[in-house]
Amino acid sequence: MSSAPQTSKGRLIAYLKRVDWGLLIVASLSFGAALHVLLHEGLQVWTEIFADDFWLFLSILPKVALGCLIGSLVRLLIARETIERFIGEGSGLMGLLLAGLIGMLFPAGPFTIFPLAVVLMASGADRGAAIAFISAWLLVGVNRAIIWEMPFFGTGFVLFRFLISLPMPILLGLFARLPVFDRICPPGSLREDEP
Amino acid sequence: MIVLFFTILLAGIASVLSWMAYRRGGATFSKALNDARGQFMHLLPRLLIGILGSGFLAHLMPKETVLAWFGPNSGISGTMLATLAGALTPGGPVVGYALGAAAIKAGADLSQVMAYVTAWSLLTFNRMITWEIPSMPGRLVLVRVIVSLPFPFLAAWLTVLFRG
Repeated sequence: MSSAPQTSKGRLIAYLKRVDWGLLIVASLSFGAALHVLLHEGLQVWTEIFADDFWLFLSILPKVALGCLIGSLVRLLIARETIERFIGEGSGLMGLLLAGLIGMLFPAGPFTIFPLAVVLMASGADRGAAIAFISAWLLVGVNRAIIWEMPFFGTGFVLFRFLISLPMPILLGLFARLPVFDRICPPGSLREDEP
Repeated sequence: MIVLFFTILLAGIASVLSWMAYRRGGATFSKALNDARGQFMHLLPRLLIGILGSGFLAHLMPKETVLAWFGPNSGISGTMLATLAGALTPGGPVVGYALGAAAIKAGADLSQVMAYVTAWSLLTFNRMITWEIPSMPGRLVLVRVIVSLPFPFLAAWLTVLFRG
């Protein structure tokens, strides 16, 4: 009866996988904190905090909307094949720079970025380029910063963080290319791990 | 001022890209609009909850503890704690930023918050388990984690250096 795997346990697991745990944690922390402030410090303090942050929320909405629009436009305009073509074998420092640049500009979520790194490796990128690509997306992803980071920290903080973080993906790629790591992750071994 | 400039810059980029998409055909452009609207609606409640929550959390965060652990005099042990906290903070795009912003409001030092955000970006266990390990070769993940370990410290040090 493999066509009917809907046991209650299977359904529960499927449901648990779908839940956005990050959001759930933030939501419970937020509601808990708001409730605590309301009960212990009264409505006036609560309203002040709420008004401040609600204004902040409203003021960032145009940027968030533009970030979403730019993200989906870039995704549609640039084919994945084009990106793969540019980080070929023996790419050297240029390959690291390029991989970092793509990671920085490529608007995607984790569900796209890690499989894409695997595709890059399968088409010839080495572990340095793959790590530069992933790290650039994690540290200095432009789309991510505009949509998520700026609302919380403001433009000044984000620009400063970008300034100090820009060289990091290249450095991470260079470190990853050190011969020490040949023992953990031998050259050429990544090619076999097809997606 | 810089915020306004940035918004105008974004609007410019969006216009150029929209024009490029429009020249490729109306279907490409309307699909982009549709995708963007979907993503925006997905983000809206998350941002609202995160931003409002970080305000209340900052108000409640014990100022003395934050100052003692992550304040201007917390030094290398503060950076170590911030790095560990970053790795333990769940992934997903809101949690780390919300907590980091709350910590700044409560008096944490900028360098320690930089270390925290860097550690959270590079090393969060949660994202590694949910996304990275299932979709990538384990040996590559291992190399990435090892080379990433010093970078939260580098971020904190560079912040101190540049701030003067």
